[in-house]
Amino acid sequence: MNGRPEGIAPEIEARPVVLEMDNVTHFFGSLRAVFDFDLTLRHGELVGLIGPNGAGKTTVFNLITGVYRATQGDIRYKGAGLVGLPSHEIIQMGIARTFQNIRLFSNLTVLDNVRIAYHPHSGYGLVDSVLHTKRFRAKEAEMAEQAQEFLEIFGLGERRNDIAGSLPYGLQRRLEIARALAAYPRLLLLDEPAAGMNPQEIDELMDLIHFIRDRFDLTILLVEHRMRLVMNICEWITVMDFGEIIARGFPADVRKDPHVVEAYLGRQAVEIR
Amino acid sequence: MLRRMRKSTVYFIAGGLIIFVVIQLLLSLGILNNYWRGIIFWGAAISMVALGLNLIYGFNGQFSLGQYGFYAIGAYASADITYRWVHSDPSGIVVVLFGSLLTLGLYVAVTAFLRRFYGVTVMARFTFYILATILAFAIAVAGLVPLLGPAVNSILQVLPAAISRQIVFFVALLGGACLAGIASFLFGIPVLELGSDYFGIATLGFTIIVKVLLDNTDTILPFPEMKGARGMIGIPQWTTWPWVFASLLLVILVMRNVLHSSVGRAIVSVREDERAAELVGIDAATTKVLAFVLGSVFAGLAGGIRAHDLAFLHPQSFNFIQSFNPLIIVVFGGLSSMTGTIITGFFWIFLLEGLLRLYLPEGFETWRLVVYPLVLLVMMLLRPEGLFGRYEIPFLRRVLPPLPTKTVEIQEEAV
Ligand SMILES: Nc1ncnc2c1ncn2[C@@H]1O[C@H](COP(=O)(O)OP(=O)(O)OP(=O)(O)O)[C@@H](O)[C@H]1O
Ligand SMILES: [Mg+2]
Repeated sequence: MNGRPEGIAPEIEARPVVLEMDNVTHFFGSLRAVFDFDLTLRHGELVGLIGPNGAGKTTVFNLITGVYRATQGDIRYKGAGLVGLPSHEIIQMGIARTFQNIRLFSNLTVLDNVRIAYHPHSGYGLVDSVLHTKRFRAKEAEMAEQAQEFLEIFGLGERRNDIAGSLPYGLQRRLEIARALAAYPRLLLLDEPAAGMNPQEIDELMDLIHFIRDRFDLTILLVEHRMRLVMNICEWITVMDFGEIIARGFPADVRKDPHVVEAYLGRQAVEIR
Repeated sequence: MLRRMRKSTVYFIAGGLIIFVVIQLLLSLGILNNYWRGIIFWGAAISMVALGLNLIYGFNGQFSLGQYGFYAIGAYASADITYRWVHSDPSGIVVVLFGSLLTLGLYVAVTAFLRRFYGVTVMARFTFYILATILAFAIAVAGLVPLLGPAVNSILQVLPAAISRQIVFFVALLGGACLAGIASFLFGIPVLELGSDYFGIATLGFTIIVKVLLDNTDTILPFPEMKGARGMIGIPQWTTWPWVFASLLLVILVMRNVLHSSVGRAIVSVREDERAAELVGIDAATTKVLAFVLGSVFAGLAGGIRAHDLAFLHPQSFNFIQSFNPLIIVVFGGLSSMTGTIITGFFWIFLLEGLLRLYLPEGFETWRLVVYPLVLLVMMLLRPEGLFGRYEIPFLRRVLPPLPTKTVEIQEEAV
């Protein structure tokens, strides 16, 4: 099987495929940001994608979510091709993501941030809104309740009426995950969720990621520079450098892989332990 | 029932009722003469146009100078319907009303049809909608006028004159609003969905095109009764205070209810960060078209109200310099404040067209174009969030965020 390491337990290999990327290549002008990338995720997996700065990790996320259209190659979600679809359709199919640089609606309230992501599932239309029909009122109440529930899970319940941009950094990161989950995704893409967090916050984040995977039955692809997080929670890891895959395997093996050590130590001092 | 209502709703209803009754009394008793009557009606019309712009620019973040184009479409279309009717020709009613309904039906069909395909380009979709529109109006003109015209005529003749007149006026207002909506839809699909940064310029171009077409209604367009650049006369003066009040109220209620819904939150999210909105599953392009069409419908309705108060329409009153008026009102009143927009709209007409016209010397006319931009400039420097900031009366209030500073910068570039 492409896009997966050897030696994964057979019961996991028996699960349905969620995301498949085949020979995906992307150029920015003449810059080859992603080259011949392949990756296959099966239901319920928690997989890491790492690599030095500029390796192309965020670009992979952008290709999956339709921000850029892959120059070449195929991306499929549960068998349906994603290349060429607009972002909002891809998201509505069940993929959600967070951003490396937080992209909340920072002038809106915490509650509205979550409710906006809930919009495609609002269950009523323009006419219901204008006439304030029963359906409108019922669905609005349901939505507020649902949003509140998400916020409670992330410890943001008290903050529902705060302006998102005024939250401390760690809470903004959490809110971004809450907002992503509001769209009922099956596949969650997390781009450096631990950036800027202190060790204690990272511990909490690890628990949270495990919790939401089980609670919402998610498949998770995680980009992260903080090796403690990646090595601790990812089941297996893909390592990129200069847009290419240089290693793939279980955390313990990847850590010792000479290519990986060289890629990291060769250019910058990132602790791998 | 009453007990279930919120306090703010009760206050709103009570306040609305008082305003309605007081003005009706002042008009009936002749305390307010025709001049002031005109000022009030005009203020209401401008407020509707400006509310529409606030939806498009203030809440959705799409800078537009097209409002006066749609205002003009609404005015001329509704005037044509009533003009023809008083000249015993029901074709205006049939074409605009049934043509619009047919168009909407075809749009629904085309949308359902296009949904079955992936990756249909914007221009292809635009072409489909254009063809649907042409087809609908061709059917209305060639088929429905001879078919339904006599029937419509005889039904309306049977009714008492006073009632059929109100019905015709209602149809005229509705028709004007519908045509403005259809025009904005067709304009909005290519321009908004292509994500053009030149949307503002394109809307300005639209206003200019509409003005040029109105100058030539009797030559290149087949509407001799509009009399081109000489101005359309003989429009029945049917606008009354109840019609004005009801129209403004309708616009306020529709806009408020939309904004306080999930659709409204989607509209605001596109203003805040279009890319992020797309990436949480919001169809930004459709959302923008929706806000744009709704805002234009408001302008179209206002046009009908204004036309039947003035009883005279001239293309010059819809030129592109005029199209800055709603923009100034919205910026003054406060982007994304409905309350501010309404108050400033009335105040604008009251002060500039009312008081100053009466008391300032003749030459002021010419100076207005110097004074407005100056006042606007001072405003931007001293109070960029507008006079009312984000204040709303309780009935219109929701937990709305302060405006991003980004939007304010755009205003400054724009004017
Ligand atoms: N929109 C763009 N236009 C041109 N080049 C881009 C664009 N986006 C990314 N790149 C380039 O593509 C390469 C990969 O960038 P990407 O953001 O995917 O890296 P990354 O692995 O996420 O790095 P980091 O760890 O710093 O986030 C970099 O060289 C980057 O400069
Ligand atoms: Mg990155």
